[in-house]
Amino acid sequence: MPAVQETVDRVREIDVEQYKYGFVTNIESDKAPKGLNEDIIRFISAKKGELEWMLETRLDAYRRWLTMEEPDWARVSYPKIDFNDLYYYSAPKKSGYGLKGLDEVDPELLATYEKLGIPLREQEILAGVEPKNRVAVDAVFDSVSVITTFKEGLAKAGVIFCSISEALREHPDLVKKYLGSVVPISDNFYATLNSAVFSDGSFVYVPEGVRCPMELSTYFRINEQNTGQFERTLIVAEKGAYVSYLEGCTAPQRDESQLHAAVVELVAMEDAEIKYSTVQNWYPGDADGRGGIYNFVTKRGDCRGVRSKISWTQVETGSAITWKYPSCILRGDDSRGEFYSVAISNCHQQIDSGTKMIHLGKNTSSRIISKGISAGKSQNTYRGLVSAHRKASNARNFTQCDNLLIGQDCGAHTVPYIESKNASAVFEHEATTSKISDDQMFYCLQRGLSEEEAVALVVNGFVRDIIQQLPMEFAVESQKLISISLEGSVG
Amino acid sequence: MALLEIKNLHTRIAEDGTEILRGVDLTVNAGEVHAIMGPNGSGKSTLSYVLAGKENYEVTEGEVLFNGENILEMGPDERAMAGMFLAFQYPIEIPGVATITFLKAALNSQRKARGLDELPTPDFMKLVREKAKQMNITSDMLKRPLNVGFSGGEKKRSEILQMALLEPTLCVLDETDSGLDIDALKVVSNGVNALRSPERAMIVITHYQRLLDHIVPDIVHVLSAGKIVKTGGPDLALELEKNGYADYIGEAA
Amino acid sequence: MTADNTALSTAAERALIEQYEAASTGDAVKLMREKAIAGFRSRGLPNRRVEEWKYTDLRRGMNEALPIAEMPAAAEAKAAVDTVAGFGDMAGARIVFVNGLYAPELSEISGVEGLTIRSLAATLAKSRPQGLGELAASLTDSALDLNTAFMRDGALIDVAAGAEIEKPVEILHVAAGEPAATYTRHVVRVGEGAKVCFSEVYSGKGHYQTNTAIEFSAAKGAEVSWIKLQNESREAQHLSTLLSRLDGEVGFDHFIFNSGAHLSRTQTFLRFDGEGSRAELRSAMLITEEQHCDVTLVVDHAVPNCESREFCKSVIDGAAKGVFQGRINVFPHAQKTDGRMVSQALFLSESVEMAYKPELEIFADDVQCAHGATSGQIDEDLLFYLRARGIPEAEARTLLVLAFLSEVIEEIGDEQVVETLEERTRTWLGY
Repeated sequence: MPAVQETVDRVREIDVEQYKYGFVTNIESDKAPKGLNEDIIRFISAKKGELEWMLETRLDAYRRWLTMEEPDWARVSYPKIDFNDLYYYSAPKKSGYGLKGLDEVDPELLATYEKLGIPLREQEILAGVEPKNRVAVDAVFDSVSVITTFKEGLAKAGVIFCSISEALREHPDLVKKYLGSVVPISDNFYATLNSAVFSDGSFVYVPEGVRCPMELSTYFRINEQNTGQFERTLIVAEKGAYVSYLEGCTAPQRDESQLHAAVVELVAMEDAEIKYSTVQNWYPGDADGRGGIYNFVTKRGDCRGVRSKISWTQVETGSAITWKYPSCILRGDDSRGEFYSVAISNCHQQIDSGTKMIHLGKNTSSRIISKGISAGKSQNTYRGLVSAHRKASNARNFTQCDNLLIGQDCGAHTVPYIESKNASAVFEHEATTSKISDDQMFYCLQRGLSEEEAVALVVNGFVRDIIQQLPMEFAVESQKLISISLEGSVG
Repeated sequence: MALLEIKNLHTRIAEDGTEILRGVDLTVNAGEVHAIMGPNGSGKSTLSYVLAGKENYEVTEGEVLFNGENILEMGPDERAMAGMFLAFQYPIEIPGVATITFLKAALNSQRKARGLDELPTPDFMKLVREKAKQMNITSDMLKRPLNVGFSGGEKKRSEILQMALLEPTLCVLDETDSGLDIDALKVVSNGVNALRSPERAMIVITHYQRLLDHIVPDIVHVLSAGKIVKTGGPDLALELEKNGYADYIGEAA
Repeated sequence: MTADNTALSTAAERALIEQYEAASTGDAVKLMREKAIAGFRSRGLPNRRVEEWKYTDLRRGMNEALPIAEMPAAAEAKAAVDTVAGFGDMAGARIVFVNGLYAPELSEISGVEGLTIRSLAATLAKSRPQGLGELAASLTDSALDLNTAFMRDGALIDVAAGAEIEKPVEILHVAAGEPAATYTRHVVRVGEGAKVCFSEVYSGKGHYQTNTAIEFSAAKGAEVSWIKLQNESREAQHLSTLLSRLDGEVGFDHFIFNSGAHLSRTQTFLRFDGEGSRAELRSAMLITEEQHCDVTLVVDHAVPNCESREFCKSVIDGAAKGVFQGRINVFPHAQKTDGRMVSQALFLSESVEMAYKPELEIFADDVQCAHGATSGQIDEDLLFYLRARGIPEAEARTLLVLAFLSEVIEEIGDEQVVETLEERTRTWLGY
């Protein structure tokens, strides 16, 4: 079939140069020496001005981490990471802790965010956009948060939105109460490493009955070479609260791979709702599989209160390796968890991603919709667990995993685990794998669409359910991103 | 110069080599409406697919000139750009892609190919609404995924809407009447008739005469066992209606 | 022997090694046995850390290694076989194993044209039978290793090319007497264009352990149907491995009825080696009390244009636990593969457990693969409807369970077999 072959060839030739976030910011940075030991951890903790208990927690995690082994069950392969050959802390000199406002931030940094299209100046945002579409941004550059916008406005509503470093200084008791309560420090190899060396991330606290007045978002940028980024984010929604949070990620194009090992914890109390969306566009490596981010992420939400709800939406287009399973612990009765995912892999990318829905409470329900698209020489795996414990009466799950293959050199895999220990639990699981149908292609071509346009159109139709879950602005952006990651030249 | 010239066209199914068309000759001039009738399995749909460039068929002999140019080496999208439109007997469903999105994508790529700018969204919406109204297509239907869950009649109306929007020079209608009740047939026929013009030709493929009551052809052909075995005026269709295809089935073999 | 036994942590594991060393034979497959026991020694019993055995932990589930079984007295053997309710008199040929050993006086193996049946034990004394160990070599699995190390007897069955065997060939396994362990190994080869049906039955009384393995191959154009009835005693342990390889244009229809054993694991490995073949792997599971039943399937689409269907229905009562693992592997270039897998469970009591792992592993793009899994209880609306029509509750439940299973059972086609299995289901439901 020459027509499809042509598309495949074009996808194979994808010009990775077009990764438009691949530039490097030349900025003086303040780094910890290379390597990992207790002194480095003390250095990080001191840099962030942390209290003693936090340092102790970090050291405890580090000691546990030394006894742990890197997991090997995921369908990803990469050269062994030398954890002593990395920088664990790097911060632009004029940024972070101690700065009074945006004016004190290095102009190079501001220029970087401008280039990335991330609005850091509140007035500019106000000028151009309808107030209801306002987004508060926390910008994390390597190991530190550069600035958090709209903090004061949010504070009026009672919402705390700041970097986790700042939260540890300003709201230590609140952080102490929740940090590590969803992802325990020795949860897994990468989470434990993160607990020892985490650099920055966001902290969100929405008090009882408050509906967060705007979208919150964090923008992660890795800049420095050989530097690991260890994001740590904690979001707490008290009784009846609501918050929608979005994270975006990019990194420069480099020949060496870089590590991003994040931990995100969500806590939803009675009647609270957290909507967490990710558009992950880390540098995926070049067409031959050189470079790219290793993305090892532990994301977990705890539906602690009755009728609470946590919804994960992810659009994964970047990273050389993705190892990520945003999960929900449905502890409260009548709580609900959702996972909507689009994972696109091309070239040599490897994705092993999915979710866990752990039904503990009565009448809990969950929904998983996962759409994988593999092209080039990539491997794309959905791995998921749905389980109902003894007491999870009337638990409900619906899972749908669909994979689309473009080209014959890639792989698509589905590895679901379904465990029911409660007879009244009703689980439904469906999965399909196929390629774009020849009939659909022919129909589109007959109407005058080009091969690339036709593929982009069908793929966008395939992922539409998921994209609709994203906040409007990001939905449009994601659609473009999907076309770019697959096609290279579709405009 | 004729708009379309088919000369001694032989084709077979690529997968198993079954011969379908065994020497079709047909000339269609701008402004003409040709009807191609024939019994089941005579090669009517194959002819439409071969004209549109479906890959499952292999041309073993003959040529097809469209505007004087051999199109057999062209991809389906290139033929579409050149002005060829096939109204499918079974329109394809594309889940997740709203009909309106599809229409816009198709129209803009054709405009681009013709050196025109993309139509601004308000103008496009106005144009679509106007044409959709003629085809009895509601704006709700335009928002639904293309052909997904459409009834037989809705699918065919959507095909004609696309035809009206893309303004091709040659329209090939493959069994457009199948699955239509009389009211839907009228809507579809009116849509097609509105597109008749001195610059545009049509090939109407059908098994039954009833469609030709509504879309009156200039010339009627009978296709049997992969060959055109008889050509005549509109009255040929009436004769077929009366006597059936029995007289022609043996002729080509 | 001073081999490293550090991987062996349980008493059963150590006892198995001791048994092997004590019983060590010098037969024609000595090397094969040595290799297998070395494999076992390095891995021990399958446990939850072994991904393929995640839900069936034999380190916990198998806490003793029973002595290797011997043939009971002739009268006792006959009595035991007589009580087995297999498929009655349907069989045209029958090879009977009592305590894992061939019982010639109870078997009927000759007289069918195109069919050759021999005893493995008799052959092993002289030479290595053709085909033995060939398919097994591709699998790393401790249950299979134990079978290879300890195999004592089995059937070597050859169906000649072009032969059409009219009546089913029955392979009957019966356990009788003192608690003991049996290890049977069968090699079944069906020639080109041959047509045959097998029924494989396991039955017994009391406490015992069965470990059985079959290496099955079908040559081009063969049509094979196979019914396995696992009706071991509720105190028994049943481990079985079917390794199968299909050449081109083969039709293979396999059905398993699992209702016996305290702990059972039925693993099926199927490989398409020739184009244009089709396989249906269906199973029904009916378990209750503390039974644990594991059905594991791995289907390798190694070549293009093959079709596979996997369909597992489980009815779980009491405090039983069901496991279904199915994996469809589509190899690179195995285009036009059509693979579909469905697993459904019906829960009849509150304290049941079920685990599924339906996997797709796909390395070719022009394929259609799908799987679906559902679990739930009897639909109360349906039950109400039936009762409103005057059907008593117990009967209504039976009807609904039979309806649930009918999709896999009725596909068998043979009315007598379908009736036998439905009758078994009714008996099992106590109705």
